Amino acid sequence: MLNVTGIDCFYGDVQVLRDLSLSVQRGEILCLLGRNGAGKTTTLKAIMGLVPVRSGTITLDGETISTLPAHAVPKRGIGYVPQGRRLFAEMTVAENIEVGLQTRGKGEKTREKVLTLFPRLRDRYRQRAETLSGGEQQMLAMARALAVEPDALLLDEPTEGLQPSMISLIRDVVSGLKDQNVAIVLVEQRIDTVLSLADRVVFIENGVLRDEAHAADLKNNPDLIRKYVGV
Amino acid sequence: MDLGPQIVLASLDGAVTAAVLALTALGLSLVFGVMRVVNVAHGEFFMLGAMIAWFVASAIGGHPALGFVAALVIAPLLVGGLAASADWLIIKRLDYEPEATIVATIGLLYILQQGALITFGPVAQAVEAPFNHRIEIPWFEGSNVGWGLFTTSYKLFVIGAALTILLGVWLLLSRTKTGLLMRATQLDRETAQAFGIPVEKVYALTFGFGAAIAALAAVLIVPIQQADYLMGGDPLLLSFIVVIIGGLGSLRGTLIAALLIGMSDGIISVFFTPTLAKIIATLVVAMVLVFRPQGLFGAKAQ
Repeated sequence: MLNVTGIDCFYGDVQVLRDLSLSVQRGEILCLLGRNGAGKTTTLKAIMGLVPVRSGTITLDGETISTLPAHAVPKRGIGYVPQGRRLFAEMTVAENIEVGLQTRGKGEKTREKVLTLFPRLRDRYRQRAETLSGGEQQMLAMARALAVEPDALLLDEPTEGLQPSMISLIRDVVSGLKDQNVAIVLVEQRIDTVLSLADRVVFIENGVLRDEAHAADLKNNPDLIRKYVGV
Repeated sequence: MDLGPQIVLASLDGAVTAAVLALTALGLSLVFGVMRVVNVAHGEFFMLGAMIAWFVASAIGGHPALGFVAALVIAPLLVGGLAASADWLIIKRLDYEPEATIVATIGLLYILQQGALITFGPVAQAVEAPFNHRIEIPWFEGSNVGWGLFTTSYKLFVIGAALTILLGVWLLLSRTKTGLLMRATQLDRETAQAFGIPVEKVYALTFGFGAAIAALAAVLIVPIQQADYLMGGDPLLLSFIVVIIGGLGSLRGTLIAALLIGMSDGIISVFFTPTLAKIIATLVVAMVLVFRPQGLFGAKAQ
């Protein structure tokens, strides 16, 4: 569904992704693992069109999206939860969700759906995003991405710095989306979360995709995890 | 003459200055806030607004109100369109790089200024106010008429019109979808793109809108001030002063600083000299830059 084929990306003259390929199907959760600076976040940004792709292609349902301007990519149906949430801090919860809704012209129905997933946001609806707790901010980042009604969802460390109850909530929401046939790409450092959620795992090192495994296999054989993540 | 009525008079003139200044500075502040572009050509958009107002008014003729209303519509549209295309042709090509856009807008300043000289000529042009009733300052009516203690209905109109426009801009920014997209782009350009916001279009729109507000301010003031091709310097300087004191990108800060600078300019000019007013304003800017570089209401740089 979402196919990345042989992409090279650069920050200035420094190459950060080399000939990287991966693909994820509807109803599948693909997890990117690797150390800090390996290129996981850049991979997601490349898919979103936020980092230019110098060679290679990215397609969504057969349509090439790597040549589109960045703002056209999400309109094709990709939701993005960036690293560090990147909420519009001075805007209210309502306005942040509104930004997500306008991406593909969604309305009341989607808003209700998203607020039902995260009832806490309803209580905080008129509050500025920066006044929310860390967990609530993460909920809002998820809600904003889901307001796009995405076919593919990119999540960059959604459980970073959260307490266990919040992590399990996020986990439930993500696996619920999988059941609704959303294709999910997850960047995650927490191995237990990865193993319980992911269908497949790819390992990235220095911008190169080194290995690929089914999550089920990794549970019995954690060598790869030790090799590429060092835990 | 008593001190009281003089203060009232100076305050009224100060309020007119403040109202027009608030509009002009708001345009500059919006452009910087959303695009991080310091638009040195902002004063020239103000000048163009005034020149076009004169041109339209003299072309239409008839009752001055006709030309004035036409100018109120035509000048901001023309100037806004011109600014938006300048953004598309020049500023966008520079990737909105802060240093490069300063140099580019300096170039734009001279192009617009000399373009106006060639098109409209070097003579200062007056525009007749649409209405201009003499209003005695009621407080001292009768006893002081001979001292010229009066204002005009047009000056009061300028204050009211500026307030209405400011309110309109605030509503646009806080209540409409366009405003939402502008604010999202201002807060986080990259994330805005990740949610389908065409930031380059938002930039062109913002640049055009900022220039259009300056043009509108100029149309309002030109019946009081006269229009000439060099008139862009003062509003640019004062707008920068206002925006630095208020905090770039802060609507509230811009308003309060405009009020402060406009009123003190009016009052100090009456009791002392206009030069002293400028000296004090510049001193305030220096103090703000030393002690509170982000401005009175500006957010700290992230």
